[in-house]
Amino acid sequence: MTESGILFASVLNGLTTGAVYALIALGLTLIYGVLHIINFAHGAALMMALYGVYFLREKAGIDPYASLPVMVPAMFAAGYLLYRFVIGKASHGKDENILLVTLGVSIVLENLALLLWKSDTRSIETAYTFSTVAIGSAMIAVPKVVAFGGALVATAVLLAIIGLTDLGRAIRACAGERQGAKLVGIDVEHVFAMSFGIGLACLGAAACFLLPAYYVNPQVGNGFVLIAFTVVVLGGMGSFVGALAGGFLIGVVESVGGLWLGESLGQIGIFLIFIAVLLFRPRGLFGARA
Amino acid sequence: MRQLWLIGAFAGAVALMPAFVTSGAALNLAIMTLYAALLGQAWNILGGFGGQFSFGHAVFFGTGAYAMAVLQSGFGLNAWLALPLALALGAAVGLLVGALSFRYGLKGSYFALVTLAFAEVFRILANTFQFTGAGVGIQIPLRDSAADMQFAGKPGFLYAALTLVTASLLVAWWLKRSRYGAWLQAVRDNEESAAALGVDVFRVKLGAIAISGALMSAGGAFYLQYFRYIDPHIAYGPAISVEALLAAIVGGMGTVFGPLLGAAALQLLGEATRGLLEQTPGANLIAYGVLLVVVVMFLPRGIMGLFEAKR
Repeated sequence: MTESGILFASVLNGLTTGAVYALIALGLTLIYGVLHIINFAHGAALMMALYGVYFLREKAGIDPYASLPVMVPAMFAAGYLLYRFVIGKASHGKDENILLVTLGVSIVLENLALLLWKSDTRSIETAYTFSTVAIGSAMIAVPKVVAFGGALVATAVLLAIIGLTDLGRAIRACAGERQGAKLVGIDVEHVFAMSFGIGLACLGAAACFLLPAYYVNPQVGNGFVLIAFTVVVLGGMGSFVGALAGGFLIGVVESVGGLWLGESLGQIGIFLIFIAVLLFRPRGLFGARA
Repeated sequence: MRQLWLIGAFAGAVALMPAFVTSGAALNLAIMTLYAALLGQAWNILGGFGGQFSFGHAVFFGTGAYAMAVLQSGFGLNAWLALPLALALGAAVGLLVGALSFRYGLKGSYFALVTLAFAEVFRILANTFQFTGAGVGIQIPLRDSAADMQFAGKPGFLYAALTLVTASLLVAWWLKRSRYGAWLQAVRDNEESAAALGVDVFRVKLGAIAISGALMSAGGAFYLQYFRYIDPHIAYGPAISVEALLAAIVGGMGTVFGPLLGAAALQLLGEATRGLLEQTPGANLIAYGVLLVVVVMFLPRGIMGLFEAKR
């Protein structure tokens, strides 16, 4: 394969990973946009969702893509309850507290996984795990192509919910003007919990698309959480378009950076972008406010 | 003044401990508590007194540990000479992180995230470069002599840790009563008002992160001398950052004795869960995570808040 052919394949691979990053980041940016808090437990929640998909496949024989109707509502319920009974109660109106509580939740989840399922890295094998499709001169794994399409569809669904439904209108009202929303009779705490639930539901979808091409272990969330933060910060906190664009950009940077600098140093590119954006343009590419 | 007496009484009591306690396990528990208290106090200087929540204090810890390791094994420097250099390097990394993030006005969640990212960058770098031993890490040779800061028995390490903790307590005591400390706490409570009253917010924060970085790198240096081994995951991984902030928050942020109490509570909790759930890795961390959530929910001012409420 020629030099440019390798680069083309690398960019395509980056775009497929980027779509999943975007989906994970959308959940994070929704929670930030509405609640103005950073959900530190996002990576740990994704890890739990990946285990959910894994066990549905191994114990019940359900295909990862077929487990979507189970995982999305399950993660939504988990998010709703987590906000109602833990995060919302602990905030005392201070953002720092929520940061710390979600950090505590992530420590608990991660070590619970370690306790229950040991530190083994697990992956599943399906009929399509090793099949590829040719796109131009590049061969891309089928699960990655599905993940790309699936992430885009899930994103469209999310945007439709936010943009077109009554719930979406209430969410946008609470995000923009908390007091005003309360005055017109919106149950703000309920809407906050719904937003948190939808944020985690995105992770449920992401896990279903991710696992066939990936793996799960108790630490797997850590890698994603910083990448998701980077995507959100790069795109602008609370911006959906930004999360999408940021996800693709980071996916490509990681893939192409890994090609040039090797796996371990390639990741540094992500963190340097993250630090640079935070320092020089904290509102990101599409963010409205600093 | 009363707090100064308390610090003196604490130092004296711990110093007498080896005369009565000979059990290696008990001394080890005391050493690990002191070590955790040092990390907690380092975090407390910036997070508790300065209100800047760092999620990546490992960046200073790892720098101290690696500085000691590289200076000793790579350059053949004596440990006692390497220690001040390690502290200076920790402060310098603090100034670097602080200058970049405070210059651009990062605070709250943004500051927490950027410190986390700095720790990750350092972890990947340490994992890559040859002079830090890459993924394998660095083991320093066993010498077992006080001249190399490797004490033959536990009491030597206890005194070393006690010296560092006492120094950190004195720094916190000084912050409580000095002009600089008042500036720092004013910046924490209301940055705009502090600036309006003529406090140079940027330099005050920079001072806090430098002190905090130096203390945290002292913790890293102590870790290296005690365990004689460091690798990128231990040095720059998230566990150390969490340990530091946990001790300060559980004990009580912005107080002199909070981190020490928090460290003691966490060590006891860790021992208890280890005893209850034998051979289950991570059980003590589950308890830590639950404790963090519970403390933030019900005891926002930490264990120290219990004492203050009574008065």
